Amino acid sequence: MFASFDFDVIGRSLGYLFFDGMTFTLTLTGLAALGGLIFGTLLALMRLSGLKLLGWIAGLYVDLMRSLPLVLVIFWFYFLVPYIGQWLTGSSRPIRVGAFTSSLVTFVMFEAAYFSEIMRAGIQSISKGQPMAAQALGLTYSQTMRYVVLPQAFRNMLPVLLTQTIVLFQDTSLVYVLSIPDFLGAASKVAQRDGRLVEMYLFAAAVYFAISCVASFGVRRLQARIAYVH
Amino acid sequence: MNYHWNWRIFWEPAPNGTGTYLDMLLSGLVLTIETAICAWIIALAFGSVIGVLRTLPSKTASRIGFGYVEFFRNLPLLVQLFIWFFVLPEILPRSWGLWLKQMPNAPFYTAAIGIGLFMSARVAEQTRAGINSLPRGQKLAATALGLTTAQAYRYVLLPMAFRIIMPPLTSEFLSTIKNTSVAITIGLIELTGEARAMQEFSFQVFEAFTAATVLYLLVNIVVVTAMRLLERAIAVPGYITGK
Repeated sequence: MFASFDFDVIGRSLGYLFFDGMTFTLTLTGLAALGGLIFGTLLALMRLSGLKLLGWIAGLYVDLMRSLPLVLVIFWFYFLVPYIGQWLTGSSRPIRVGAFTSSLVTFVMFEAAYFSEIMRAGIQSISKGQPMAAQALGLTYSQTMRYVVLPQAFRNMLPVLLTQTIVLFQDTSLVYVLSIPDFLGAASKVAQRDGRLVEMYLFAAAVYFAISCVASFGVRRLQARIAYVH
Repeated sequence: MNYHWNWRIFWEPAPNGTGTYLDMLLSGLVLTIETAICAWIIALAFGSVIGVLRTLPSKTASRIGFGYVEFFRNLPLLVQLFIWFFVLPEILPRSWGLWLKQMPNAPFYTAAIGIGLFMSARVAEQTRAGINSLPRGQKLAATALGLTTAQAYRYVLLPMAFRIIMPPLTSEFLSTIKNTSVAITIGLIELTGEARAMQEFSFQVFEAFTAATVLYLLVNIVVVTAMRLLERAIAVPGYITGK
């Protein structure tokens, strides 16, 4: 069954796969996780602010994003981002947006919904005495959040946030639907060009598997350490 | 915004001859639901077995369960579908591969099985968590009554565990529905695929995606409501309150 295997095709395309494809995938994962975390924390703060309208808007956004398939959201933003850009810059026609920007906006907006739920749980896990003590010390709301609540919430939720980032890393492969050469897209291009689907897809699977396995092993170690400290 | 809105597009005939654009989207919705239900049956069946394996005292059983879950969790769903769809027919014996390639509706079966197995790893984790959340006394009491391990699971542990994990299972089912859209990459024209096709035929991109969005939201609401009713109907009095 493996007699007709052509391992050479993998060796020949390693440069393209990793320098172009994997760089795209990892940059997208990193920036989307960072942006999603920031925007997600804002959404969580909106929901917990006690202001009805803000909470309602944030809740609606999170529920909407979480009920839609990522593929549909990718298509939505792919067509929407040029119009948003036109609106922001006030130009007369939809602006041209590159593949990377478009997918980055998509993943930040989509992941923010998931990160916000994690951060909300993190903020709620902080005992009420903490913000009260901060207020008693004369800290303003934003100081309380910045110096007291959010750092602890973030630390408590770090394993969950990282697990979600591993999911995000796997999900970035879906930019395939826009024919963007991320790692899987690059593998798929080589596969189709050389007619070597079996080798390329198995190799891509092995790489995704190895990275996700190592990352989730690291998260589990971290979790054990946090549990030990507490 | 210089976009040409045309909400009446849904009642115009689609160029693929299957009726109006609305019919097109609705047939996509039906395919989404069919695929999701088939995948969910597979996910529940395999997931429960693997979840139980992970709670058994036998080291081998729990290792098999662990390996299974890790395998399906550490590969992107898209890669898994590609492997089932493009790789499997090539590495099987020739005649089997040929049979797979000539199978009608191959994208549908691949999607149902691929998404089902992908989700089964998640269901397994929930099942394991549900069984482990039961007080140890339940298992001990079942053993003390003379039930075999199989009977203890069948009559004591699983009925309670499944009731406990109903809420997370609901969201796993919703994920299954959403994940069917990944099968667009192997040529399954489900709801997202039909919306994309409608956009390509009519250029009314935002109408098409809005309609798909609304349909997904409706499906979500129906599933959540139905599962809540089911949860209430099967609640054990005094144990798990509906709220």
